[in-house]
Amino acid sequence: MEAVRTEMPAPAMPRSWRVDTKPHKFCPGCGHGLVLKCLGQAIDELNIQGRVVFGCDIGCSLLSWDFFNIDTIQTHHGRTTPVMVGLKRARPELVTIAYMGDGGGYAIGAQHLVNAASRGENITVVLANNTQYAMTGGQMAPTTLPGQKTETTPYGREPETTGYPFMGPEMVAAITREGAYVARGSVANLRQLKSYIKKALENQIAGRGFSFVEALSGCPTNWRTNAAETWDFIEEEMPNYFKVGEIKASAAAKKGEEDG
Amino acid sequence: MEKPIQEERKAFLTGNEVVAWAALVAGAEFMYGYPITPQNEIMHYWTRLAPRYKRGFLQTEDELSAGFTTIGGVMGGKKAFTATAGPGNTLMQEPLSMAEMMRLPVVVVVQQRGGPSTATVIYSQQEVTLTTMGGNGEGLRIVYSTSSHQELFDYTIKAFNTAWRYRFPTFVLGDGYQAKMREPLTLYDPEARGVAMVGTEPFVGKEGVPGIERPPAQHRNTFSLEEELYEKVKTDAGDYEKIAPSVAEYSSKYTEDADLVILSHGVVFRAVAEAVGSLREHGFKVGFFRPVTLRPMPVGPAREMAQKAKKILIAESALGQLARLFKEAAFGAQAEIHTLFKPGMGITAEEVEEKARELLQ
Repeated sequence: MEAVRTEMPAPAMPRSWRVDTKPHKFCPGCGHGLVLKCLGQAIDELNIQGRVVFGCDIGCSLLSWDFFNIDTIQTHHGRTTPVMVGLKRARPELVTIAYMGDGGGYAIGAQHLVNAASRGENITVVLANNTQYAMTGGQMAPTTLPGQKTETTPYGREPETTGYPFMGPEMVAAITREGAYVARGSVANLRQLKSYIKKALENQIAGRGFSFVEALSGCPTNWRTNAAETWDFIEEEMPNYFKVGEIKASAAAKKGEEDG
Repeated sequence: MEKPIQEERKAFLTGNEVVAWAALVAGAEFMYGYPITPQNEIMHYWTRLAPRYKRGFLQTEDELSAGFTTIGGVMGGKKAFTATAGPGNTLMQEPLSMAEMMRLPVVVVVQQRGGPSTATVIYSQQEVTLTTMGGNGEGLRIVYSTSSHQELFDYTIKAFNTAWRYRFPTFVLGDGYQAKMREPLTLYDPEARGVAMVGTEPFVGKEGVPGIERPPAQHRNTFSLEEELYEKVKTDAGDYEKIAPSVAEYSSKYTEDADLVILSHGVVFRAVAEAVGSLREHGFKVGFFRPVTLRPMPVGPAREMAQKAKKILIAESALGQLARLFKEAAFGAQAEIHTLFKPGMGITAEEVEEKARELLQ
């Protein structure tokens, strides 16, 4: 801590964050830090730091392997869901969180997401959607918007040959039963995103089934955008395809929102 | 926990049933699995037995998931295992490479089938290279190759102890013949025989609030620096080398004066042992050498044998997968090496004997 100058007050961080690994390893302007701030606040408010296990994927999400003061497993690309499923089955008293990007969840690990959701596994999945593979240098992902330029769609994504954006929460909502919690938040509305994540965790704690939150997130590094353009993409472009809101919430979760 | 077997008893079972019983008496708490022939009945018997003894089961969406859920169970501190074969074993290598990197005591039972690809659902010894060296790593795992139902039982129990004692992924390598055939064996409770079961410990979800009452337990398999990875691999390889002599197992007979030593593993060893017995009766100086652990190989004894023997015959139901392991172990020895390779086919004692007689003329 001696490196911190005394005149600079430490920023307010969630209690569950691991201070000695801050500043974090994400690029400037990256959305991951904001999603993980919401997650940290939700963990704090639920006071579950001692019973949470956090799993992170490959891709930029792996940089969160020492992000929290929480037991953590960094897994393989797409495989965080089954690791957390296996852990939760073996230790039902734990609260297990699988954290991944859109490539991990919707492409290489899609079979795990589909089957964990369909079986109603009692885990929470938080997925950051930044419309491309960021760690590998900005290739097209299932979530890339039509016309969006990436390293593998240099002239823009053409839906005729490469399809339309993958609608993750809508898919999860369609294959889960009553009791599942499914929402899409955005780093553009942190209060709302935190409330979705919190409800997703509460849903798991109550044993109601699969809980899934997609967070619209930004990647100025690979998007090659400045601050204004980044926010414009997150707030204006992405919601053209990805509607923010709760897609599936049980009566109990909805009541929580009214009370909260 | 109620003991599934109170008193030793004779039984007449299929190999897959034996594995389920062995995992049960070894105290396995969870099986994660995906159907593939010829290992299916391990799950079938486990799912019938497990609820009676409060053990868990999850049927996953594929072998990737079976491997990774097993990792989740193990990291939660539970004795967990899975079983697979053939193309499933191929997929299983992804989670197993993570287990190798993170030193996770994952136990996997492999019942080999024909390869490559889908091939046959019947039998082979073609998963030796995959099981011993699979994944993008250095093969830091332990592989027991069984040859009888009693061994399937004994080594499945042992695999849990080896895995949790040394923290390397551990395999029991059987095959479709062993999986499906029925033969007599003795079932027992390991502790009643003085075999202490090694305890487990959670990797995550430990006691106390992390960051307040204890440091957080954080496990990764990714490294930023070449030097970091180099240190990690060297340390693990050093640990492996240190335990190898005490983990390695083999059996041999009549090798001292032998003109010909026949090398084999797994179920083929049964044909070899019978052939050697018959040849000895006819006055031929023939012996056998059989590695029980294919990884680590019993390097010292294998080399010593290869230095003494005039000729070695390697018999396996693969195109030289055991032979490669053996040649590496016995590098520099002068013995002539002959082969009886029948990929995906069984090998009878008569075939072995005939080949041996040819070589001894």
